[in-house]
Amino acid sequence: MSTVFINSVGSVSAQKTFDGTTFLEEVAIYNDTVIRVIDPDYKSYIPPAAARRMAKGIKMSTVSSNTALKEAGLERVDAIVVGTGLGCIGDSEKFVSAIIDNKEQFLTPTRFIQSSHNTVSGQIAMAIGCKGYNFTYVHSSISFESSLLDALIQLKNGEASNVLVGGVDELVDHHVDTHRLIKHIKAEPVDSSQLLQSGTEGCVMAEGAHFFVLSNQKQTSTYAELAGVRTFNTLSENKIGEKVSVFLSENGLTVGDIDLVISGNNGDIAFDGYYQTLADDLFGDTPQAYYKHLSGEFDTASGFALWLAAKIIKTQTVPDVVRLNHLQAPKLKNILLYNQYRGENHSLTLLRKC
Amino acid sequence: MTDLKEELKAKIIEQLNLEDVAIEEIADKDPLFGEGLGLDSIDALELIVMLDKDYGIKLADPKEGRAIFESVETMASYISEHRK
Repeated sequence: MSTVFINSVGSVSAQKTFDGTTFLEEVAIYNDTVIRVIDPDYKSYIPPAAARRMAKGIKMSTVSSNTALKEAGLERVDAIVVGTGLGCIGDSEKFVSAIIDNKEQFLTPTRFIQSSHNTVSGQIAMAIGCKGYNFTYVHSSISFESSLLDALIQLKNGEASNVLVGGVDELVDHHVDTHRLIKHIKAEPVDSSQLLQSGTEGCVMAEGAHFFVLSNQKQTSTYAELAGVRTFNTLSENKIGEKVSVFLSENGLTVGDIDLVISGNNGDIAFDGYYQTLADDLFGDTPQAYYKHLSGEFDTASGFALWLAAKIIKTQTVPDVVRLNHLQAPKLKNILLYNQYRGENHSLTLLRKC
Repeated sequence: MTDLKEELKAKIIEQLNLEDVAIEEIADKDPLFGEGLGLDSIDALELIVMLDKDYGIKLADPKEGRAIFESVETMASYISEHRK
């Protein structure tokens, strides 16, 4: 079984992460219930003729995947695997609205082209001429981890050498409206630097695109080893510690070997208990970090966590803005990511310094 | 006729997401496809639907589109003659 490496990263998020040369040196603070990405200059990445039919999710993914491919020094990959909770939901909504408004008449092709979830992986494949394996996972908040797992298995088994893996979700008005209605979005704006102290239910909803080249070949650009991924659709709060211990054991580690835990706390008092349980019990003596005050919440927000962890391992630096406690490890060798959304779809991802 | 041409230019920009194109930049006789605006076959379908939806004109033979969609002027002329 081959070792799997994260050879490059690309990110478009609510922080200025599209500029891969810096690492959270400038932090954008928000006071809102919904936050959007800091847009790169899309025109410098995408020809105008192509961009005019692209949904926001495709534009973000194009920039993010281009960045990852460029850093990895690749023009093509063996496979493209993308995770998305909602795909290009904006065009899906427009297409469905047109069907209703026009009584199933006058349907045009452009919105339909982008109304399916696998548009992003398809568009990237067409742009780089990749005729290999192309797959999209739509599994709510483990969409991204499902993609990671697919790539991990292929690379470990030598079925591919370089895989472009990503997670993307875009914000659109109707989606925000419905999530406000069911109170999954916070009712009042929250200062992002005080997210975990909000004491209210719901999250600050956001968007983003994160892409990585995973490979079974280490190179100079390599960030870390992707040691393991595990997902759980359902998990009770009192079982999470046990599952984490088993996951670590399967990877030859104990709790004491973890140098940093990065948790997906989103400030929702109804569900942050999962993270608190882990933080208080299993990882009470472990350095901890969080990130959703920077990225906001969306189905593939854990892509930001992988970007963050990869950067931390490579630079051996934990930015102060993500620290959750005051503990510090002398060396950052093993980093564990834990995420869940509304008590469902839990994921554990393990990175190792290489 | 002039109003119709201006209306068509605005509709083309909106329907086809030509974000970087202003109405003033489209001359009445500019070719819409190939050189000129550089539209493609998907745009042609969008324009056929636009004729039907906004002007009640159904193109029985899509091949007719080649002449109709040559320019804003040819579109306006065809619409004036056939609109319902």
